[in-house]
Amino acid sequence: MWHLGKSSRDETKARRFEELALPHLDAAYNLARWLTRNPQDAEDIVQEACLRAFKYLDSFHGEDGRAWLLTIVRNTCYTGIERKRREAIETSLDEDTDKLEESGSATAPDQAGGDPETLLLQEAGRRLINQALERLPLEFREIMVLREFEDLSYKEIAAVAGIPIGTVMSRLARGRQLLREYIKPMNEGS
Amino acid sequence: MNCSEANDLMQGHLDHELDLVRAIEIEKHMEACKACSEAYRQYKTLQSALKEQGQYYSAPEYLQSRIRSALALPRAHKATPWSRTLSLTWLNFGASLALAVVATLGLSLYLVAPPPSELLTEDIISSHVRSLMANHLADIASSDQHTVKPWFTGKLDFSPPVTDLTAQDFALVGGRLDYLDNRPVAALVYRHRQHLVNLFIWPATPAEVSAPDTLSKQGYNLIHWAHAGMVFWAISDLDLAELKEFVAALAKPSESQTGAGTRSEPVGQ
Ligand SMILES: [Zn+2]
Repeated sequence: MWHLGKSSRDETKARRFEELALPHLDAAYNLARWLTRNPQDAEDIVQEACLRAFKYLDSFHGEDGRAWLLTIVRNTCYTGIERKRREAIETSLDEDTDKLEESGSATAPDQAGGDPETLLLQEAGRRLINQALERLPLEFREIMVLREFEDLSYKEIAAVAGIPIGTVMSRLARGRQLLREYIKPMNEGS
Repeated sequence: MNCSEANDLMQGHLDHELDLVRAIEIEKHMEACKACSEAYRQYKTLQSALKEQGQYYSAPEYLQSRIRSALALPRAHKATPWSRTLSLTWLNFGASLALAVVATLGLSLYLVAPPPSELLTEDIISSHVRSLMANHLADIASSDQHTVKPWFTGKLDFSPPVTDLTAQDFALVGGRLDYLDNRPVAALVYRHRQHLVNLFIWPATPAEVSAPDTLSKQGYNLIHWAHAGMVFWAISDLDLAELKEFVAALAKPSESQTGAGTRSEPVGQ
């Protein structure tokens, strides 16, 4: 049974969680949405990440709730993506699973479906850039999202992604270079 | 500095992360190197395009309610201290079975809480969400009422009515045991298009009969009523009109219905 003393401690915990994590749900969802490229998965990931965050709240002593929550969201995404990959291996042994991540993204550029007329409209630029970002391999995509959407510093990105600052910069270089390459042929093609 | 080094440093320059010395170095290189200065111009365009036109996905509104509910946190602005005492032992995201067991233990803590139906409603929402989330919809997955109904025998001290509503477009998905209102209850799962309905059933306190009452909470619609010795709670993200159709279909089932609920043992605890 529960002790009375515990309830006030739990109340404090709940309040701390509300202040630290809940204000950053949009950031959490945006990252999860870009990493999974799927709204349903993103919701599940954010929810699972919040439950984890709550569970480990006592061991977090920092101030920056956003970076903390984003770190957990990122790790949860990777766990989920890894799990999906394993399931995919189990269900289709003949498939080249290393290419899974790639093949998922290969569908992103709208070639068959979009008619050329619409592509010429203002909408085109927006779509082009978002499709290119969506197509970016995961390790570059996450850095781009943290940098361009959350405006995190290299130091913060390094902490969230668990990589050295130098790697943040080289991944940004590679990611942006790839984006340039993706966008060029798409531009010329239409 | 070669062009490959310059390409990395350009990023830092673009993001205002370089110290002055390195910023001057890269500026110098770009003055001398046409390829790099063109690349930098493109990176800059790309960055502003992403900032202006990149899709920022905001969390759907119900997500926060859903999380609060799963964590048994009070809904915003409304303090319900009793639900806070529920430290989430069931936050463990292990196997769904483990989750279900822990959930049962966790929920039994509600014994210490006062009984208002506010708590019951939140429990029902939590159970519904958990069943969707943990991928633990059914202990017995079957669309056949004659399979699902006997499955409950021996697991519950009552026999819940199990009705197939496939003809009314609410296909039976299966059943599972859940724990609500301080007791084990039957949960039946129905599917309507992409939406799932959880129908919770347990024995009513004697002679309790009530007409269907509707509630909307945290993005879910709920309808509850008591009939033939049983309490029923239906919950779904279906809109209210469709959930009402479901309830109406339950009330006027086809001939294939397995009969009203019967109570095998008096429920005393
Ligand atoms: Zn150069």
